[in-house]
Amino acid sequence: MNEKRMLGEDHYEQVIAEESICTNENLVYEKPETLTDTPMHYCPGCGHGVAHRLIAEAIAELDIQDKTVGVAPVGCSVFMYNYMNIDMTEAAHGRASAVATGIKRVLPDKYVFSYQGDGDLAAIGTGETIHTCNRGENILIVFINNGIYGMTGGQMAPTTLVGMKSTTTPYGRDVAVMGNPLKITELIAQLPGVYYCTRVAVNTPANVRRAKKAIVNGFKYQELKKGLSFVEVVSNCPSNWKMTPLESNKWMEENMFPFYPLGDLKVPGKEK
Amino acid sequence: MAKVKGDIIIDIEKCKGCELCAASCPQESLELSRKLNSKGYHYIVKIEDNCTGCINCALVCPEGIIKVYRKTEKRMDPVATLTNVTGDLTVTVNS
Ligand SMILES: Cc1ncc(C[n+]2csc(CCOP(=O)(O)OP(=O)(O)O)c2C)c(N)n1
Ligand code: SF4
Ligand code: SF4
Ligand code: SF4
Ligand SMILES: [Mg+2]
Repeated sequence: MNEKRMLGEDHYEQVIAEESICTNENLVYEKPETLTDTPMHYCPGCGHGVAHRLIAEAIAELDIQDKTVGVAPVGCSVFMYNYMNIDMTEAAHGRASAVATGIKRVLPDKYVFSYQGDGDLAAIGTGETIHTCNRGENILIVFINNGIYGMTGGQMAPTTLVGMKSTTTPYGRDVAVMGNPLKITELIAQLPGVYYCTRVAVNTPANVRRAKKAIVNGFKYQELKKGLSFVEVVSNCPSNWKMTPLESNKWMEENMFPFYPLGDLKVPGKEK
Repeated sequence: MAKVKGDIIIDIEKCKGCELCAASCPQESLELSRKLNSKGYHYIVKIEDNCTGCINCALVCPEGIIKVYRKTEKRMDPVATLTNVTGDLTVTVNS
């Protein structure tokens, strides 16, 4: 609480009053209309909010608002349908990709995506995830990996890092007892049904731009009917990691990124 | 030559004070207010009049509540500069 702050507040009001450039013609960024005005229930600084906005931006940019159907998971993002101004449904825990498969097969002209956490996609839904990817369903899966079961209070997920504390690993994840963290994205990238597979993050402006591009790609590839697009977003969970939002992003960069490196795992036309 | 001026409008009632915007502002224009909004969060305010409208803050804001404005003021290069023979008077013709 410094003095500058006090001055700052007064100054801010003055600037607005003097000459404002805040007119529609000068507007360069605002949230897309594909995102509703409903305030999100997420904890301060949680990556879910940015990930939602990027999907909404991609839909707006591609002008597919009335042609998109989303499937929300069980997890913190269970109420995603309240925030997205598109058709959405909600699946039982882990089953979002199976539900998305059904929707896409009945409505093949719609752009279909599922949005799933790591507990949802890589624990209870592992079977659905692998088989949906292996079948090469023409859908987009957005996978939010925060290394923890966020909604239920911070239990260990398959993605929890070695040594990472959670309510069920109070002394840190011990490989001898709990096994190694699962890199499910690397696993599914090998499947021939997967057409595009990439790992992004939403912690910095540059990463946000890359993540948006990946999601746009995922939607675009659906038109080609060549298989599944998989976008992992390495994210934070300030509340269950017991950190401030800024600390959680720093911790993510230092600990999550080395184990879950950002970048493309499979890009059309660039088969390894 | 062009001068870029930016500004932002934050929906402070929806701000959760996470400070991610402030951390990504290259101009260090943003800071937490001492005041609280009706949800009980310290909200973000602009403390400097140096915003360039780069949109960084809006990109990282999880609540999607920052609108960014940018105005590029075109500064005309002078058409001619005239100086008299004794060199003690210079006139710049702008347009
Ligand atoms: C069938 C079933 N089993 C267990 C649960 C309890 N449950 C709710 S959310 C969740 C895990 C969520 O973690 P994740 O998918 O990583 O999402 P996050 O909250 O971290 O975004 C669990 C186990 C449930 N709702 N349904
Ligand atoms: S518990 Fe974690 S994942 Fe869930 S909203 Fe809070 S910060 Fe986000
Ligand atoms: S638009 Fe850029 S310069 Fe302006 S407040 Fe936001 S981050 Fe700072
Ligand atoms: S990023 Fe958004 S929610 Fe967080 S402090 Fe800034 S304006 Fe508020
Ligand atoms: Mg999780």
